[in-house]
Amino acid sequence: MAANVFALIAHAAGKADDSALELLSAAKSLFPEAAPTALVLGSGPGLKAVAQEVAASFPEVWSFDQETLAYPNAELIRPLLVKVLPAGSIVILPHSTLGIDLGPGLSVKLGAAYLPDVVGFDGVEGTQLKVVRQEFAGQVSAHVQGDVSKGAVVTVRSGAFAPASPSAVGTVIDKSPEAAGLSARRRFVEVVQAEAGDVDITREEVLVAVGRGIGEQDNLSLVDDLAEAMGATVCCSRPIVDAKWLEKGRQVGTSGQTVKPKIYLALGISGAFQHLGGLKGSPFIVAVNKNPKAPIFQAAQVGVVADLVELLPELTEQIQKAR
Amino acid sequence: MEILVCVKRVPDSAENEISVASGGADISREDLVYAVNEWDNYAVEEAIQIVEREGGSVTVVALGDSDTEEVVRREMAMGAEAGLMLVDDAFAGSDGLGVATILKAAAEKKSYDLILTGAQADDGAAQVGGMLAALLDRPYASLVNKVEVNGPTLRIGREIEGGSQELSDIDLPCVLSIQTGINEPRYVGLRGIRKVASVEIPVLDGAALGVDAAAVGQAAAKVRRVDYFVPAVGAGADMLTGSTKEVAAQLVDLLKAKGGLN
Ligand SMILES: Cc1cc2nc3c(=O)[nH]c(=O)nc-3n(C[C@H](O)[C@H](O)[C@H](O)COP(=O)(O)OP(=O)(O)OC[C@H]3O[C@@H](n4cnc5c(N)ncnc54)[C@H](O)[C@@H]3O)c2cc1C
Ligand SMILES: Nc1ncnc2c1ncn2[C@@H]1O[C@H](COP(=O)(O)O)[C@@H](O)[C@H]1O
Repeated sequence: MAANVFALIAHAAGKADDSALELLSAAKSLFPEAAPTALVLGSGPGLKAVAQEVAASFPEVWSFDQETLAYPNAELIRPLLVKVLPAGSIVILPHSTLGIDLGPGLSVKLGAAYLPDVVGFDGVEGTQLKVVRQEFAGQVSAHVQGDVSKGAVVTVRSGAFAPASPSAVGTVIDKSPEAAGLSARRRFVEVVQAEAGDVDITREEVLVAVGRGIGEQDNLSLVDDLAEAMGATVCCSRPIVDAKWLEKGRQVGTSGQTVKPKIYLALGISGAFQHLGGLKGSPFIVAVNKNPKAPIFQAAQVGVVADLVELLPELTEQIQKAR
Repeated sequence: MEILVCVKRVPDSAENEISVASGGADISREDLVYAVNEWDNYAVEEAIQIVEREGGSVTVVALGDSDTEEVVRREMAMGAEAGLMLVDDAFAGSDGLGVATILKAAAEKKSYDLILTGAQADDGAAQVGGMLAALLDRPYASLVNKVEVNGPTLRIGREIEGGSQELSDIDLPCVLSIQTGINEPRYVGLRGIRKVASVEIPVLDGAALGVDAAAVGQAAAKVRRVDYFVPAVGAGADMLTGSTKEVAAQLVDLLKAKGGLN
């Protein structure tokens, strides 16, 4: 199946996001013969730099330079893409907060199939594109097929595809006039940066991370005691912050902090990709979870199937004795 | 403000060991604990708080089978005035677009100023809100973690990478998908559930909704699940076994060896 394949390039401060080369590799694994086109939207010198950078890996770059696109507002980008993309296009987006915002509505407006949060491709048969996804917070995987005869919008999970190495010498095509006069019923105001917390977990080498499996707020003292005995710092998954049991600065994950510890003790954390997305630098991960099927055991080096409330006091006591 | 909140009944993945059944045709459904999708609970709470400030009413709508009623009642007990169930065998096997098409028909039964969905549900698609907005031709924002009403517009916050917040103004009527942590969903006690026990919840099928049967369900789905499977992944973790004491002792040795005791 011949197809027009497009990849939306996320960028900030004149640099393409890491996702750019992952999308390229996803596009190539999908349609080895296709020459994917990078879509670069924004404004000013930063955009030019990104277009040049991306042209070192994509054969073609469409650049849209408009003041209105200075901040990536999906409500502006969607109608623009609907206008410029050829019928039947395959559009690949990162499964990021921008991709999630843009993708579903884009597929509707293009009349295309929507395949979200794809972690792998399983080939194309006729008009059926087969992909691999995860469901139930990563506990099981699924093969999903989409009828792409009218095109497709695919969002790709970060880290699922190894970045392609820059190879092509691409041309940058200025498409800015196409993006003139855009307006939307949602207007960007500003970005409020996340507040810094009282501890900087990004600098810690030994982290004790607690998740929803701790059950009750009162049980957090078991985690505090263990961390104290180890001389480690406590961090957490998102539900602990949502419940206001710990401050936001201690949250590890895509919508929290990115940490690079040497040792990471994951206690009652299922291992959602948004959580693991905040763990970098291949730490030694020890996971404790009562569910032997928890996806965290795929990421961890060492696992224990246990109830935290039973294990933690014993572990703390033995560590205290061992020193 | 008239607000519609879309809620889904899902297996609670924090409470269940999910396993593949019948050679991949489904997950094993016996003994599964079901609950309202986590994100939808925050959406209902947000709707109720908006109505408490601005006036109006909240309607909760769910597409599913008859078991969905318990979830709708639970969410009504939080303070939603009305509930609505969309039930029809012809809806089975709908893809995201099919679900959005059915919800659109329900949304058009009344003029809602604001429609809320959860950011995502059990299959992690995060698609229905955005599709519904596109079908209704309304502005949309996903992953919303703040809503402030300013007359005909809302000042909204979207959660973006790293936990920063993107502020925008969005025109009403609109569709928002709600992110967890935007509020603290209120506790629902037995008394609350009893209070709404006798409220009638209309059940609408495809005919009552006026949806074209050919546009929804398995046959119309562009996107279909072929099977469930357990991926053949790498080695996975080394699992420690033994009594609590034995496991703890192994962990102490390991942490020592790896430099985990500062
Ligand atoms: C856009 C977006 C951004 C997100 N960003 C983040 C992020 O930055 N960080 C983040 O963490 N999440 C994030 N999430 C949420 C993420 O998808 C998961 O919902 C979350 O990580 C789950 O946290 P958890 O593992 O603590 O809870 P759960 O998934 O509920 O897991 C709890 C685990 O504890 C186990 N357990 C239960 N009881 C016990 C016991 N007594 N003893 C031992 N184990 C027990 C259970 O088996 C289960 O595996 C984000 C989601 C979205 C949509
Ligand atoms: N069957 C359903 N009934 C009502 N709302 C639904 C249904 N499926 C999805 N939704 C809504 O769409 C949101 C996102 O779900 P999804 O796109 O499936 O990840 C959910 O949080 C619900 O608000």
